[in-house]
Amino acid sequence: MARFLDAYAAPKKDIPRRAYLTVSTLVGVALLAVWCALSYGELVRSDFLPTPGAVVGAAADGLGDGSLLVNTWVSVSEILSGFIIASILAVPLGILMGSFKIVEAAIEPVTNFVRYLPVSALIPLLILWVGIDIEEKITVIFIGTFFQQLILIADVSRSVPKDLLDVSYTLGATRRTVVGRVLIPATMPGVMDTLRITLGWAWTYLVVAELVAANKGLGYFILNSMRGLYTERIFLGIMVIGLLGLLTDQAFKFLRNRLLPWAVAT
Amino acid sequence: MRDAPTLAPAKLRIADVALRFTPRRGPTVTALERISLDVRDKEFSVIVGPSGCGKTSLLRLVAGLIEPSEGAIWLDERRVTGPGRDRGMVFQSYTLFPWLTVQQNVEFGLKVAGTPPTQRREIARRFIAQVGLDGFEGHYPKQLSGGMMQRVALARALANDPAVLLMDEPFGALDSQTRSLMQELLLDIWQHFSKTVLFITHDIDESILLGDRVYVMTARPGRIKEMIEIDLPRPRSVDVLTSEAFMTIKRRIMRLIHEEAVRSFAAPDG
Ligand SMILES: Nc1ncnc2c1ncn2[C@@H]1O[C@H](COP(=O)(O)OP(=O)(O)O)[C@@H](O)[C@H]1O
Ligand SMILES: [Mg+2]
Repeated sequence: MARFLDAYAAPKKDIPRRAYLTVSTLVGVALLAVWCALSYGELVRSDFLPTPGAVVGAAADGLGDGSLLVNTWVSVSEILSGFIIASILAVPLGILMGSFKIVEAAIEPVTNFVRYLPVSALIPLLILWVGIDIEEKITVIFIGTFFQQLILIADVSRSVPKDLLDVSYTLGATRRTVVGRVLIPATMPGVMDTLRITLGWAWTYLVVAELVAANKGLGYFILNSMRGLYTERIFLGIMVIGLLGLLTDQAFKFLRNRLLPWAVAT
Repeated sequence: MRDAPTLAPAKLRIADVALRFTPRRGPTVTALERISLDVRDKEFSVIVGPSGCGKTSLLRLVAGLIEPSEGAIWLDERRVTGPGRDRGMVFQSYTLFPWLTVQQNVEFGLKVAGTPPTQRREIARRFIAQVGLDGFEGHYPKQLSGGMMQRVALARALANDPAVLLMDEPFGALDSQTRSLMQELLLDIWQHFSKTVLFITHDIDESILLGDRVYVMTARPGRIKEMIEIDLPRPRSVDVLTSEAFMTIKRRIMRLIHEEAVRSFAAPDG
């Protein structure tokens, strides 16, 4: 017992990979088992908690009539558009903001104001301004991610050690070279991590935007299923979002290791 | 200002330099006051002093990374007005570019100076071998130990063939065995390339082992308290640390530094 505690209950201690995978799998299986027991055992009403079989059935239907793919595609394209536009602007601006006081003075106060506005509070205004089509979703995602990215990337840029820039000057680098060949590369791991985190948040804003006003997309799919009390379709929509989130997160992890092999792993 | 030089002009001249910091709030801090010293060509000068006395600031002034509040610094009779590749610096913190391999790190200065690729590859390889890192050219900094990183930093500074090499407690973070090896390596390299070196440390043993001259600094505000010629024979190795002559010098420097410690202890914010 004491040996077991030494091996598995010491803070920050590594455990064997086998043990790690076993625990993860067991928890997954246990959750599934609880779900099965509650639903098949009819301990919970089926319009509260669908059976796993019903969700698989809903997935088959959704794939069959194309509604699942269409709605997923709409959501994914909205997310990617908003996220990519936000990133293209936030990455360079954030790097500048963290390392040039003059840029910080110009945009940090505004950013901090907008950042704390709940995006959902802006939705009515956005609907008024840009309507309820895809532009509105993209705008919501843009506002939700851009300002957060800006602050996080500015922090990344700010924490690049000054000595790293100074040593470059002593090696003969000009200011331009220092920015282009030292400051920017030095921020890349942090930038990748920021993008990875904020892409996760983008999903939240998307669903919020779609729940309020939409006629396509996964948020709409979920809301529409609620109206007919198709709980298994609600579950399906949530699970697709979860899976897509997991997938993009893993893709970012993979890209980071691929593009930045020199960076310390996270 | 000081008198015109009588003999050969100094390689590096620090003339009546003062440095003050004016924080946004609070009183002005005088970090350095009336510092004057001459470093001769190919000389190994060491500055030793307690932590916080302004050693790093002095080196940054020579590097041109900050400007003196008073006085001036001259290198080869040209006034220092900003950083440049004629003053290579090795920092106390690890400053390798993490995204560049050892080879690319050492090539950095040559690359920004526009040296052709084949030539700079050749030069970098030579200095990497010189610091004993043959075979590590393709490694990234995260794969290196602290001692290896400082060796790369040294090779990177040397690859630019600077007129003076500035070193700010470069071995301060290393364990004592590694530090001894690095000190001997540095002495070898200094003798091999006949470089002018300005080296900073708070380690008295290190200052005597390495230096031709040791400047003892006072606690804040930093001033040169005394200059001591180290006439121990060269080439030196760490064996010198146990010799009688070494002990005599060490006792003297310790007494000087002890006086300073007592003085600053009595007047904590003086
Ligand atoms: N940028 C700065 N602003 C204000 N004070 C500074 C700054 N840099 C250094 N100092 C002060 O100057 C003094 C000397 O610092 P430093 O040169 O780092 O000493 P050392 O390297 O000998 O430990 C310290 O008291 C430090 O607090
Ligand atoms: Mg220092």
